[in-house]
Amino acid sequence: MRLNIMFYIALTIKFKHKFIIYKDIDGKTMCLAIPGKIIEIEKNKEHAMVDYGDGTKRKANITLVKVKKGDYVLVHAGFAIEVLDEKEAKKTLELFKEMLSMEEL
Amino acid sequence: MFSLKDKKLAKQIVSKIKKLDVNYKFMHVCGTHQDTLVKNGLDELLSSCGIEISQGPGCPVCVTTPKEIEEMLILAKKGITVASFGDMINVPGEKQSLQNLKTEGYDVKTVYGIEDAVKHAAENKDEEVVFMAVGFETTAPTTASVILKKPPKNFSILSCHRTIPPALKSIIEMGEIKIDGLIEPGHVSTIIGTEPYEFLSKKYKIPQVVAGFEPLDILMSVWMLVKQIKNEKACIENEYYRAVHKKGNEIAQKAIKDVFETKTVKWRGFPKIKNSGLILKDKYKEYNARKKYEDALKIIENKEFKEPKGCRCGELLRGLITPSQCPLYAKKCTPTTPVGPCMVSFEGSCNIQFRYDKKTIKN
Repeated sequence: MRLNIMFYIALTIKFKHKFIIYKDIDGKTMCLAIPGKIIEIEKNKEHAMVDYGDGTKRKANITLVKVKKGDYVLVHAGFAIEVLDEKEAKKTLELFKEMLSMEEL
Repeated sequence: MFSLKDKKLAKQIVSKIKKLDVNYKFMHVCGTHQDTLVKNGLDELLSSCGIEISQGPGCPVCVTTPKEIEEMLILAKKGITVASFGDMINVPGEKQSLQNLKTEGYDVKTVYGIEDAVKHAAENKDEEVVFMAVGFETTAPTTASVILKKPPKNFSILSCHRTIPPALKSIIEMGEIKIDGLIEPGHVSTIIGTEPYEFLSKKYKIPQVVAGFEPLDILMSVWMLVKQIKNEKACIENEYYRAVHKKGNEIAQKAIKDVFETKTVKWRGFPKIKNSGLILKDKYKEYNARKKYEDALKIIENKEFKEPKGCRCGELLRGLITPSQCPLYAKKCTPTTPVGPCMVSFEGSCNIQFRYDKKTIKN
């Protein structure tokens, strides 16, 4: 498939800097949330190990979301705050294209 | 994973906007949106298409008031272990920052999230630990979740949580700047959903789009706003639907509702904003540092604290100026010698501008 959302392909419109994924691991930033995949849920169901896909794995609190192993979540300040919809994400680009081709403006 | 990139599509959006020959002013309220805009040169690109986008009060560290910083300084000086997020600790109060106190030997801890502070309290029962709980609706449920789990008695929080919709209402009603459309923050919206914004479109006829954080998300949301204006519509649309749902995260909303009540509070650069602050309900008063250390904090109860001299963060947060219009920017005020919070925080427009500014990078 031409549109592979699963990988970072740099968008080059006036790119000043190389694309890097946001990290708030060191606590420098607050409002950011980064996506990761739940790889293991602890027995107490309160925490899970999240894989951020770049070699970083970190425990996150999962009490604010309903998740299962394999789900993608947005993690903010050590908490998973929402489950990402993989299907919707894959459809996003197609939908945008459709919207733009339909517009008369 | 979940990144959204398509060069052709981005070009298509830009050329569509360019053709329309517009002159609009949009506002967003999120440091991560500002980062995407500046890092990718979208601010300049969109400006060349007639669209100016300002940040507004969308940086939780920046809108925290000098008085709240002073409260933490008092607690730290009292010998209490104080903890907060990295950039909060570096924001100067009237005379000093928590970081200054740390170098003087006081116990100031940088944490990644509230759970780290609770863990420290649990492991050090002889210490009193106060967490400075800063953040919008994205962060408030993390605090709420911890409070609901009844943390150790030597742990408490100083709530500086604030909510976005009242601030948007305030900035529109102040009427200082023209706002043709609002780009709503994606992560706040994962929690609150899209409904809490509806009244703004109904009452003030302002188009709104909830946006994600990829360059294409921003471009698409700008296009959606332009389209609403051209079609004489004003409603809340959701571009970031891969993460944001109309009803939001109801578990998180319930946690906020169970633990907090709203209060009219001041934001940096703003007058008091009605029901925009979240404070702990009375039944959780044992975790409320403002109640627990009432006597120590009494000395500043009615005192007003000034902004740092010459700092124009207030005007910046109201979208009235850009960082380079502040005479201190990149001169007296840099990330290593910050005068105000907008230069300290990674989400402040001055810090973002400085990090990606070709001129400052060269220096």
